[in-house]
Amino acid sequence: MNMLKLSWKYLIAKPLNTGLNILLLALGLAIITVLILIQDQFESKMTRDAEGIDLVVGAKGSPLQLILSSVYHIDFPTGNIDMNDAMALSKNRLVKNIIPMGLGDNYQGYRIVGTNYDYLDLYSAQVQEGSRWDKPFEVVLGFEVATKLGLGIGDNFIGSHGIGSSSHEHDEHPYTITGILQPMGNVLDKLILTSIESVWYTHDDDHDHEKFEKSVAKTGFPETDEDREVTSLLLQYRNPMAAVQLPRYINSRSALQAASPSFEISRLFELLGVGVKLIQGLAIVIIVIAGLGIFIALFNSLKERKYDLAVMRTLGASSRQLFVHIVLEGVILTVLGAIVGILIGHLFIGILVMQNDQGAISTLSASVFLVEELWIIAYAVAVGIIASLIPAWSAYQTDIAKQLTKS
Amino acid sequence: MLIAKKIEFSYQKDQKFNIPDLNLNPGQQLLILGQSGSGKTTILNILGGLLKPHKGEVLINGTDLYSLGGAALDKFRGNNIGIIFQKPHILAPLTVEENLKLANFFSGTDGAKNEDLLSDLGISHKRKAKVNTLSEGEAQRVSIARALANSPKIILADEPTASLDDLNAANVVKLLKQQAEKFNAVLIIVTHDQRVKDHIANQITIGGEV
Repeated sequence: MNMLKLSWKYLIAKPLNTGLNILLLALGLAIITVLILIQDQFESKMTRDAEGIDLVVGAKGSPLQLILSSVYHIDFPTGNIDMNDAMALSKNRLVKNIIPMGLGDNYQGYRIVGTNYDYLDLYSAQVQEGSRWDKPFEVVLGFEVATKLGLGIGDNFIGSHGIGSSSHEHDEHPYTITGILQPMGNVLDKLILTSIESVWYTHDDDHDHEKFEKSVAKTGFPETDEDREVTSLLLQYRNPMAAVQLPRYINSRSALQAASPSFEISRLFELLGVGVKLIQGLAIVIIVIAGLGIFIALFNSLKERKYDLAVMRTLGASSRQLFVHIVLEGVILTVLGAIVGILIGHLFIGILVMQNDQGAISTLSASVFLVEELWIIAYAVAVGIIASLIPAWSAYQTDIAKQLTKS
Repeated sequence: MLIAKKIEFSYQKDQKFNIPDLNLNPGQQLLILGQSGSGKTTILNILGGLLKPHKGEVLINGTDLYSLGGAALDKFRGNNIGIIFQKPHILAPLTVEENLKLANFFSGTDGAKNEDLLSDLGISHKRKAKVNTLSEGEAQRVSIARALANSPKIILADEPTASLDDLNAANVVKLLKQQAEKFNAVLIIVTHDQRVKDHIANQITIGGEV
């Protein structure tokens, strides 16, 4: 027998009451857990995906939309820009590196991105199997695309126009898979990568089969005599000065728009922050109610238990031990509540991910445990201690003789 | 072993309790008789270290009970004094055995005698039982076992037979006497129950004749 076991015995003597208190607290903490997990994983994923990209240039429109479509590949592109404008920009002395992107097609919901090797090198992506594309209509699949669609090297598929599945198909030009990337843990996993030329030729009406056999540009812009467009440009600054001058310079020109990923994403989180705060508030209210529930349960049980406490004193328990006995009950309740809450939170994310195998949510993982979750347990223990302080103090002050004579 | 000297106590100023001096040696037994309200329980509480008297001292084995403070007194009580109440007051969430172990835990003893105690008192078959499955007589025997779990030098019993039938009452007094003799402990029973009178020769009456 020890203090922990004694408190535990008293708790399980009232299983319904104890269960309800644990569940209520767990619910509040589960919400907090889900918020923490989503926030952390979204933030780290967003930072990871935008690493190395200082500025995105595209057609005029919503800057946030430009970032979401070109960096994270979750929104629609804002439109196309003229390649001459893009090439002019690449000659600017403030630009260190520029990666063109041709977006707008998909295969079964996975986006086909026309770009060059620089884009792969930006994320240090290695080909796990096969090789990178060399000719038009050769593609490299992200790891997840390959596994989910069950495609391998040498397989063919036909892309569809638009960025969601089931739009009209470009039935003239099948793509050939030449390589599959390593699992990257970032946005590349969900992309089908190819050359800009592939994207152009898919949309062309004439079929000049000679140019289909030429090697594509591996870096910079493809050479062409025609009027061509790209969707957006990923840009790296040459020096800190560029961060000040370049966006202003680009935005002042009528056809182009520049947006900074870090700025837009912090703006996005600011917008989402209102909703997050609301849910957080709700969770805190639930936790406070749970704390009150524990307080009331302990306080009520104390009335019935005054005699038990007095008997414990006659058996040699000190007032301090009785105090600890009651506080321990509160702490056991809340620690269990915290553990159950964290498990429910992870289970919830797990179910959420299972039901969404594409899109932003599917990148979450339920098996990631964060240091912040230890804080949840710490907060829970604090709630337990606070809720049990008054009942414990009243147990501390039990007047043995009076209590024993009263019955 | 147990010495009570010049003890004065009152709940109200005009109503003083008349508390006799006591001097009991190990193995001695004493029956304190008195009507309800005569202060029997108060005496027991004072002797048991539960209620501090206004004046006087209680010496157990040479230790002045009320010179000990707080936790030290609690520990001393747990180790040296076993108290049995009118109602058994077994802690309901615990089994019979765990009630005894709790007494061992609070006083820091090993509880090696628990098994023997339970079989001596004829309740070893109930040791895993919860209190609500026990009869009145069984419950009172459990409370005796718990009071004796730390082999106390002093056994104090407050109306231990009041809620029992004749057979159980006689049994409980017999068991108390047996155990007190076995441990060579001082046994004090306070009661107004006439059935106990014949069992213990050494008697005092307080608050007038019963």
